[in-house]
Amino acid sequence: MAARILTITSGKGGVGKTTATANLGVALALQGQRVVTIDADIGLRNLDVVMGLENRIVYDLVDVVEGRCRLRQAMIRDKRLSELYLLPAAQTRDKTAVSPEDMVQVTEQLRPEFDYILIDSPAGIEQGFKNAIAPADVILIITTPEVSAVRDADRIIGLIEAEGKESAHLIINRLRPDMVRREDMLATSDVVELLAIDLIGIVPEDEYIIISTNRGRPAALDDHSPAGQAFRNIARRIMGEDVPFLAIRESPGLLERLTRLVRSRTKSGG
Amino acid sequence: MVTIKGIRDGLLVTLGGGDWNHLLAELEDRLDRAANFFTGARVALQVGPLALSTAEIAAVRDLLARKAITLWAVVSESATTQEAARQLELDIALPSHPSTGAEIPDELSTEATDLSAVLVHRTLRSGQSLRNVGHVVLIGDVNPGAEIIAGGDVVVWGKLRGTVHAGAMGDDSRVVCALELTPTQLRIGSLVARSPDERRRRVRPEMARVNQGQIVVEPWDSS
Repeated sequence: MAARILTITSGKGGVGKTTATANLGVALALQGQRVVTIDADIGLRNLDVVMGLENRIVYDLVDVVEGRCRLRQAMIRDKRLSELYLLPAAQTRDKTAVSPEDMVQVTEQLRPEFDYILIDSPAGIEQGFKNAIAPADVILIITTPEVSAVRDADRIIGLIEAEGKESAHLIINRLRPDMVRREDMLATSDVVELLAIDLIGIVPEDEYIIISTNRGRPAALDDHSPAGQAFRNIARRIMGEDVPFLAIRESPGLLERLTRLVRSRTKSGG
Repeated sequence: MVTIKGIRDGLLVTLGGGDWNHLLAELEDRLDRAANFFTGARVALQVGPLALSTAEIAAVRDLLARKAITLWAVVSESATTQEAARQLELDIALPSHPSTGAEIPDELSTEATDLSAVLVHRTLRSGQSLRNVGHVVLIGDVNPGAEIIAGGDVVVWGKLRGTVHAGAMGDDSRVVCALELTPTQLRIGSLVARSPDERRRRVRPEMARVNQGQIVVEPWDSS
């Protein structure tokens, strides 16, 4: 069976591409899938750190492309899951070290041996982004519920459409239901309405993510992390399962409505 | 002979045969006649078999740059021209666009006298731009960060949240209509307006036009 190639991208930096790639890799592997994650952020590699595999890197993607090693030699097996691999980026080079054709070639070589290939895209819309989306069968756009991140996601979707790629799926990351209820944050419906692409997951803000990133242990491995649970659900949706969305209450309840009404009255009165 | 037309990647300027200096003068004249419309545009230059030197291409590039127009590609059958363009780090071919159903038409008219309308059925996303010398009718949304620039009227059957410029060649009598008219910035002719900062509760179709030197917005209904 040939692998499906998924690229995780966002346009804006810091919205959770690398975290999502690591967690979806783990979550798919937990479902018994053979997975390889590829860090396409050459020069600013992070995926190895988030997956806790930094100290095992000998060769990297650029070494493979430039013929200094065989593909298998550069692939690092995860220390917890035997069917999960990482192909790390080079840290000492930049995005021009790899071309979109190189990415297609590398992923085609991997395709027969895996079920899923996940590519972690760099931020931006330049060469690194083009490298990351060139081989993609499916593109996962990740955004946070912030106007700037959504704007960049929209730009990215436009560029992907221009490339003639299949329409992308949307992951909304770091949602804070309490803030949405106070109308201090964009609601899921606002984001989906503007971007008009299929929503595949909502990941709540979860401080466990910071802890897990620092420890190099993706949250999807932890049963108590709400974000980890959300990523496991997304993985199952990627595999074609119909998984209901986590209950995240975004609309204000009666009590909140009343308090807000009283508060606004008080404000306008005083 | 100079012809200018809209393509998916901006504008395509074709220089036919004739005296080189004459061609440049004609190009400059054409650009000046609709300066507003061309500002900020990306231009590809098509010169057919003309053999151009680096200096000649650079002259066109600089001419365009003075009008805030970016030259990004030179298309020619001449090897000399291709080599010169490469030296200036310009593209020498237009990208081919795989068909994705509804798209911006490949060619839009830019003849100033021709106010024919173009009908586009898609959503314009951030960073995308639609230009037509005539009218623009869009079925879909204009997201924030996208823009429509038209010499004539602009009608959007959807949410207009990006930037829009009607009458971009200086015609203040043009209008902008949308089912939801909340543009980042709205320009008609030489006038500029922006939407109020607070979010409106009730959304209805509206039309913007110029009245006594000001852009006014009114409900868009049958009256």
